[in-house]
Amino acid sequence: MSARLKLLAFALLALGALAAAVVMLNVRGEGDLSDEIAATAAPPAGWRATDEVIARGAYLARAGNCQACHSARGGEPYAGGRAIETPFGTVFSSNLTPDAEHGLGRWSAPQFWRAMHHGRSADGRLLTPAFPYDNTTLISRADSDALYAYLRSLAPVAQAVRPHELRFPFNTQAALAVWRALYFEPREFQADASQSADWNRGAYLVQGLGHCNACHASRNALGATHGPLDLGGGLIPVHNWYAPSLADSREAGVADWDRAEIVALLKTGAVNRASGLVTASGPMGEVVLRSTQHLSDADLGAMAAYLQTLGARADANQAAAVPEAKRVKPNARGEKLYADHCAACHGERGEGVPGAYAPLAGNRAVTMPMPANLVRIVLEGGFAPDTPGHPRPFGMPPFGQTLDNEDIAALLTHVRASWGNQGSAVSALQVNRYRGTGR
Amino acid sequence: MSITHLNNPWRRLRCTLLTALLACPFAQAAPRFEDTMAQRVQACTTCHGAQGRATPDGYQPRLAGKPAGYLFHQLLNFREGRRDYGPMTSLVDPLSDAYLQEVGEYFASLDVAYPPPQAPTATPATLRRGEQLVRQGDASRAIPACQQCHGETMMGVAPDIPGLLGLPRDYLNAQLGAWRSGKRHAQAPDCMAQVAISLSADDIDALSQWLAAQAVPAHAKPMPEWPAARKMPLPCGGVSVEAAPVAGSKMGSSR
Repeated sequence: MSARLKLLAFALLALGALAAAVVMLNVRGEGDLSDEIAATAAPPAGWRATDEVIARGAYLARAGNCQACHSARGGEPYAGGRAIETPFGTVFSSNLTPDAEHGLGRWSAPQFWRAMHHGRSADGRLLTPAFPYDNTTLISRADSDALYAYLRSLAPVAQAVRPHELRFPFNTQAALAVWRALYFEPREFQADASQSADWNRGAYLVQGLGHCNACHASRNALGATHGPLDLGGGLIPVHNWYAPSLADSREAGVADWDRAEIVALLKTGAVNRASGLVTASGPMGEVVLRSTQHLSDADLGAMAAYLQTLGARADANQAAAVPEAKRVKPNARGEKLYADHCAACHGERGEGVPGAYAPLAGNRAVTMPMPANLVRIVLEGGFAPDTPGHPRPFGMPPFGQTLDNEDIAALLTHVRASWGNQGSAVSALQVNRYRGTGR
Repeated sequence: MSITHLNNPWRRLRCTLLTALLACPFAQAAPRFEDTMAQRVQACTTCHGAQGRATPDGYQPRLAGKPAGYLFHQLLNFREGRRDYGPMTSLVDPLSDAYLQEVGEYFASLDVAYPPPQAPTATPATLRRGEQLVRQGDASRAIPACQQCHGETMMGVAPDIPGLLGLPRDYLNAQLGAWRSGKRHAQAPDCMAQVAISLSADDIDALSQWLAAQAVPAHAKPMPEWPAARKMPLPCGGVSVEAAPVAGSKMGSSR
């Protein structure tokens, strides 16, 4: 055998071994489940679990905010079809109603469990990780079965699933298999015996169904997070909202909040703290509206208990956020714009109005190093979610059509340097980057 | 919701006294915060003009005095994707039906002077064509007259049918064009889409030219209700009025 042939044979062997490893990594833990799937037929159309199980599934579906992705704007709930933009192309959500042709009508409970726990469709194909199965893998079999029972109780909607529009090679099963070999393994939630039952319930909800890290964590070049435990903040790809760190008191960490304040924010979308009004904005407003406002106070309290233990206590002060050299001073152009457009609601000294308008002085959402949300809110305006606990919210006007990039940069730089705020400058280039990225 | 900060009588009194001495920082330039709808809808009036009277630039339409049901349905159309304008959709996305209804009722209740009509830029023949379409429609192409639904005064019919006067030409052109091209929708059955599809680009230009050139009488308002004996020429979603029985059409109520 020539040296060249030897090399070729070796390369083929190595490739074969690698492929085998990828395949092995993709099916680990599925042995018994495959038997169960083979032995279990999908229940007939019209099958219903008990009302109690269905109600529990409905609650869990709210906790997972499944409907947000699995419904198109104005479309039937859970019938899928929402376009989710990713850096790899567009993913279209699937139909979760029990339609036999297009939905879950022919799925069995163990097949549904395999999707949740292993990220695999009924026919065995690998699902794209836009479906956060790195989180749903943590939920219990009983919860998966309840979700299944709830979805099977919905009216079937005959709406075809639109194929994803992903670029090569991300549109291949081979790419998904490699991605999963690198970043995914089916896991069970591990309770921490040193923590309370409450804390563990909160951890289970935050890490599992809540899939908070899908937004509140950075992603690598292949779109993978560091797993459900990382809530260190990240810019949501394509959508360009920054989901602030839940483990840092300079961003959205709540270690120094009262538990009742955290519950109020998740329950109503707003909370009046001693420092002023705090509201959920941007994508978090949607999470409150469609998910957390519907959760029980006990579960929200549990989530709060868990979130309070993330990150260090609030010992870092704002000054630590921005090095002395990068700090900016108030500017005349920004001061004038502030007086003309902002002071009527946010106050002459950025003090806000309790219950109506957030203060800008001493507000970490204003001084955070990453200015994406601040720029987006000025450009697009918006309302906090309109909930029974926080009805008829006061609105922030959109200024994207009246102020240009230079204006908004000067204004925000001024606000980030006034009334004791010590943030960094915002440039017109940064404003331009976030212009036009709205829904 | 607590607004003790400014409702505290002591603070107010202090401000009043201090304002007299020109020393109260709160009460000078910025108007006092008020817990009102006007305060709540500042997110709307930045673009739609003070009190929703529209701004001079001609694209963002007037809201003041339009029928409440019409405004409510448009807010729902944005929220549910039947109308496609990202800035409006992201604003109304987190708001409940009850609040959107209240916003609609608020703007409907405002009686604000209309802007003067726009001088037309079209030929007299085009304007005549526009007026003819508004008043008579075009029976040969099954185009109903605008006045059949929008009222003889063209100020609309409460609560669901909007007026056609006091709107900028560019806005009228853009909306009729969007309906014709399928970019704007209303609740099904979408009667305006049917009408717009049967219009040509020249028809739309003629309509917009003539309508925008009409003066709005002082304190003009939508008709308070649909005339009892009359039927609509087409069934319309979101309008609780019966349509005339045309082959293949259904009752026009989906509210």
